[in-house]
Amino acid sequence: MAKTDDTSTVGMRYLTSPMQRLVVLWIPLCAFLFVLLFPFYWMVTTSIKPDAELLQRDGNPFWVTNPTLAHIKKLLFDTQYPEWVWNTMLVSISATFISLFCSVLAAYAIERLRFRGSRLVGALIFLAYLVPPSILFIPLSTMVFKFGLFDTRLALILTYPTFLIPFCTWLLMGYFKSIPFELEECALIDGATRLQILRRIVLPLAVPGLISAGIFAFTLSWNEFIYALTFISSSEVKTVPIGVVTELVEGDVYHWGSLMAGALLGSLPVAILYSFFVEYYVSGLTGAVKE
Amino acid sequence: MQARPAAVVPGARARQAAPARRALSRWLDDRNVLGLAFLLPGALILLVFLTYPLALGTWLGFTDAKIGRAGHWIGLDNFEFIWNDSLTRLALFNTLFYTIVASVIKFALGLWLAILLNEHLPFKAFFRAIILLPFIVPTALSAIAFWWIYDPQFSIISWALQRMGLIHQYIDFLGNPWMARFSVIAANIWRGIPFVAICLLAGLQTISPSLYEAAALDGANGWQQFRRITLPLLTPIIAVVMTFSVLFTFTDFQLIYVLTRGGPLNATHLMATLSFQRAIPGGNLGEGAAIATAMVPFLLAAILISYFGLQRRAWQQGGTDR
Repeated sequence: MAKTDDTSTVGMRYLTSPMQRLVVLWIPLCAFLFVLLFPFYWMVTTSIKPDAELLQRDGNPFWVTNPTLAHIKKLLFDTQYPEWVWNTMLVSISATFISLFCSVLAAYAIERLRFRGSRLVGALIFLAYLVPPSILFIPLSTMVFKFGLFDTRLALILTYPTFLIPFCTWLLMGYFKSIPFELEECALIDGATRLQILRRIVLPLAVPGLISAGIFAFTLSWNEFIYALTFISSSEVKTVPIGVVTELVEGDVYHWGSLMAGALLGSLPVAILYSFFVEYYVSGLTGAVKE
Repeated sequence: MQARPAAVVPGARARQAAPARRALSRWLDDRNVLGLAFLLPGALILLVFLTYPLALGTWLGFTDAKIGRAGHWIGLDNFEFIWNDSLTRLALFNTLFYTIVASVIKFALGLWLAILLNEHLPFKAFFRAIILLPFIVPTALSAIAFWWIYDPQFSIISWALQRMGLIHQYIDFLGNPWMARFSVIAANIWRGIPFVAICLLAGLQTISPSLYEAAALDGANGWQQFRRITLPLLTPIIAVVMTFSVLFTFTDFQLIYVLTRGGPLNATHLMATLSFQRAIPGGNLGEGAAIATAMVPFLLAAILISYFGLQRRAWQQGGTDR
């Protein structure tokens, strides 16, 4: 990364004074950071504030004087939150693996086998990515009903790949493109079959791409909302975003502490996963856009 | 690879099977056959759960389907109804307003942030990493945080503004139609800036610094450099990023659903939330599907305008104009 950082500096930077740099660079940057991160800070402080402190108007709301774990305890033991986490895990991991399997094969076929019509299929895959879930959920809900899948996790496991496969295929096509043809040709001359080439040569080289696609798929499934809202109605099969939005909001009295704790704990898994794989994530995001 | 037992067993069966297997493997090595076989699993899922519902959704728009009751063909009745329905018109206005305002601000602020991040900074990788956080956490959950930030009685923004002496009364962020529109737009912008900024940053990093040096030597000032070098070279990436941004903003659902459910006075109902409202809690699948289908022309127009309007400059990336 260091290399690109050096080349990316705008030329003649040494002409600007430190004072100018503070005004045009550091102040706006800090403002951006403050706005982008404040809601997270607010989530954390709210989830550990006792109710009395939450509802008082005087005193400093930015600080917690008597931190408490009561909201988190309530969330974990008095609600079905742990079950929602389990459901979300199950659905996200299954959907991710199904999508990765399909996408690897499809991307390899489109990018490397170059069968007749592969360019058209590539374009169709891209178009499929542009179809938003908000225009699919109504017909999908009638199908889910018909197949007897309503209110099951399977409904989500089967429908999430509709937005995951196009994205992962598109991303992996970019990675496969970067693997030199010569490697495959050598293997072909040595008598390897296409399946062997895929398994022994292309996949090991595309591991960064697989990780990118995998964490993207996992994050997208974890965050999915409209399908889960439409296809699930019983509390015990809900996912975290749906559970928090529909079950923790009761009546007119909002339990902000446990709501924020739910939002915080629900965001943590993706945030932790993301923090381990930032580079893969960014390269996946920018790679998919640059194509 | 482990040797398969069948291959090393000597004897008649293995000798017979070998040519057959070779024929099979040769047939499988044909790129057309293998290509088709490899596409099959993905294609199957996409055809059943994407292409078919897309067609089914359009068809449902022409029926009077209700939840639990198959529909009958009623022609253009649904579309005629939503065309004359003031609520749908309001939702269309809201959606266009939401999309245009949010996209323009996301683009401007995102580009600004990208340019800031493109400077030589300490801890650059760290900055870039935490800036993406709003984009990766579940939108429904961050929307709940905004709901709390916008609370009429305990809003932290109102508290801070009041302490600074700028306002005397707490702001009712989600209670007044125009206030609510701008509040949900602000939340959408908050969520969208990181995506725009990080993608544009990747584009900025591909621009050679020698161009800026040459321009600076020729006496170009900062604005001229931005206008004549940065913008033209960035245009192809801007096109793609903004196409995605417009698309996702236009079809947004969860932010509105969590923050306002379309209220107050339907001022924040978008096409997507209205179609959900009519179809799922309302039970009117046909009408909901018609509203969803009515979004498609706008989406196509958005894609065509932002993609082809801005994409034509292939030569800027060393390619040729087709």
